[in-house]
Amino acid sequence: MANSYLTSESKKLATWYFTVAATLFGAQLLFGLVAAIQYVIPGFLFEILDFSVARMLHINALVVWMVFAMFGAVYWLLPDETGIETVGIEVGKLLFWIFTAAVTVVVLVYLFIQVGPADATSIWFIHEGREYIEAPRWADIGITVVALGFVANLFLTGMKGKRSGIVTVLMADMIAFAGLYLTGMFYTDNISVDQFWWWWVIHLWVEATWEVYVGSIAAYGLITMIGAHRQVVEMWLWIEVTMLFGSGILGLGHHYFWIGTPEYWWEIGALFSALEPLPLVAMFIHVLYDWGKMQGEESAKGLDRSVITNKPAFTWFVLNAFGNFLGAGIWGFFHTLPQVNLYTHGTQFTSAHGHLAFFGAYATILIGMMYIAVQGKNGIKVLNNSTSTIFATSMIVGGVVGMTVALTVAGYSDVIISRAQMGATWAGYFDAQATTWLTQGMVWRLIMGVVTFVGFFFLAKDLLTIGKSNIHVR
Amino acid sequence: MAKKSVWSDNRFWQRTAAWITGFASVLLIWLTFDTNAQIAMGNDSDLKNGVTKRVPGPTVINYKITYEMDKKRQHEVPVIGEKEKFFGRDDYSEEEATELLHLGKLGSQSKNCMNCHTLLGNGAYYAPDLTKAWLDPAWGPTGSMQAMTGKSTKEEAMAEFLQNPSQYPTHARMMPNLGITAEEAKGLVAFLKHMSSIDTNGFPRNFGKMQGAVNGK
Repeated sequence: MANSYLTSESKKLATWYFTVAATLFGAQLLFGLVAAIQYVIPGFLFEILDFSVARMLHINALVVWMVFAMFGAVYWLLPDETGIETVGIEVGKLLFWIFTAAVTVVVLVYLFIQVGPADATSIWFIHEGREYIEAPRWADIGITVVALGFVANLFLTGMKGKRSGIVTVLMADMIAFAGLYLTGMFYTDNISVDQFWWWWVIHLWVEATWEVYVGSIAAYGLITMIGAHRQVVEMWLWIEVTMLFGSGILGLGHHYFWIGTPEYWWEIGALFSALEPLPLVAMFIHVLYDWGKMQGEESAKGLDRSVITNKPAFTWFVLNAFGNFLGAGIWGFFHTLPQVNLYTHGTQFTSAHGHLAFFGAYATILIGMMYIAVQGKNGIKVLNNSTSTIFATSMIVGGVVGMTVALTVAGYSDVIISRAQMGATWAGYFDAQATTWLTQGMVWRLIMGVVTFVGFFFLAKDLLTIGKSNIHVR
Repeated sequence: MAKKSVWSDNRFWQRTAAWITGFASVLLIWLTFDTNAQIAMGNDSDLKNGVTKRVPGPTVINYKITYEMDKKRQHEVPVIGEKEKFFGRDDYSEEEATELLHLGKLGSQSKNCMNCHTLLGNGAYYAPDLTKAWLDPAWGPTGSMQAMTGKSTKEEAMAEFLQNPSQYPTHARMMPNLGITAEEAKGLVAFLKHMSSIDTNGFPRNFGKMQGAVNGK
């Protein structure tokens, strides 16, 4: 790969985005650890940094680091795909600083102000108290401006330069991604209406637009890392878009079983969300198939070497293919049917799914993109694994899988005792919390959380130093 | 050159993607209109005339709410019954009740309830689900919460608890003090009572009917 980093401002901006993303990933794990400790030792930081605050920081850092890394990945691949420098790159840089400053202020307010009185000023300046999109209204507006600026840069670059299939999909996808955020930006006294639109943002992000985004990034990765044929990769991409949007858009119905919305969502939600794993299987097969095919072509030439030009990134891309299918697909399907969801809705089971799905579907591929940036920035032909790469990958993956298993086990007693047996009352809830499965599950989750956190330090060290190592082909 | 198959043609799949996405989006938008009409909040005259709404009007706080098995639908539904005093009154006007609910809903967001509890099953799993909290036997005349807070009604016990949660520990895992004022607490209880009247298609099932069915006790 030619070292386009030196001449591309877009790629420079991408590395800024990745740096903030990786930092926020660390913050996500830190506050997740605080919340995990509170499950085991309830008095930990009580009335100092309560679970509600730690958890809000945990999930908001998650969403924001992913958005940062997503923007970064687009800025990284745009010059490669379009063949030109990104249009409006100076505005892009300015928006990056605005975004970073806004996120810093929001985090400090979460951390030090925490709660406000029951009036509109709290919603505007502290947080909105709506899971995942807690950002206060002023920040909502800021995020919208930043997102629109990003989308404008993407569109102007895509229209001016060569518009590949990957760029076309990204253009359509990112405008939907930005537009959907608007549906979560209003206040209503009607909690059913509130949650109805809240799911438009959350679900149509993570189970539709973000998945399509991942398909595009995977396509880009296959072309750059193993030299897969664009024609084949882009055909697969369109098939994936068909299946992802075909199942994911109406799959939204599985969030409308119990929030006051009509019964017909049972059937619509069940059918379409049951189809949601299909494209994830397809993506998994596609990645492995292309890998085998390209390696086979190499062997046919009598060359005994790997076709992979970036070992750490490709590992993360394969982990994405598998993790997306397992975490989002299987763990999601487990409880997507209404007859099951009646009992699993709002239990540790959901939490198990959430952990493996966000990690498997998004964290993996975005970490992979960070390694691609490290390779490009240092002008490396073949980026090999360092010892830290191996430690980082195995500890983070092992840790998250471990947390998922622990939460799933905890989820069984949560579901069976607090929901099925006891009918979801206050007493039933605490009876389930006291069971051995749940209490030990929470201990194991904490242990595995620590493993993940240690893995993060290996990852950070690796991203910062691997580019200078002499184990690569330059 | 042999004619290329349509199945390996990128344009074909691009068009398919566009049509399928368009079709799913149009269907979703159509269903959104239908659903939003069905979940629009009712009003006081609906309640007075016995018109069933999926989300009743705020003056539902003037009535007794129960959660009963519906033979036809085969699951439990909220039933709005006779008048019931709420903080000593059962004659809240539409404006008063709307104001209370508004305060409570704003409070539920600004106090970040959802990052420990679940509301309509959505949120965090660190504390009990609040969907039907108003109907929870723990707060009723036979439950422990009224005696613990020294109050003689459900709403007063809830309001007292919300203002001083760490004074009344129900578990090693306690609710922290969130600076909830007396007026905010009243609003929050109104919000909880209103939420319990929402038709959630039978979620949660068997609510509050199966006490003490764990570990053979």
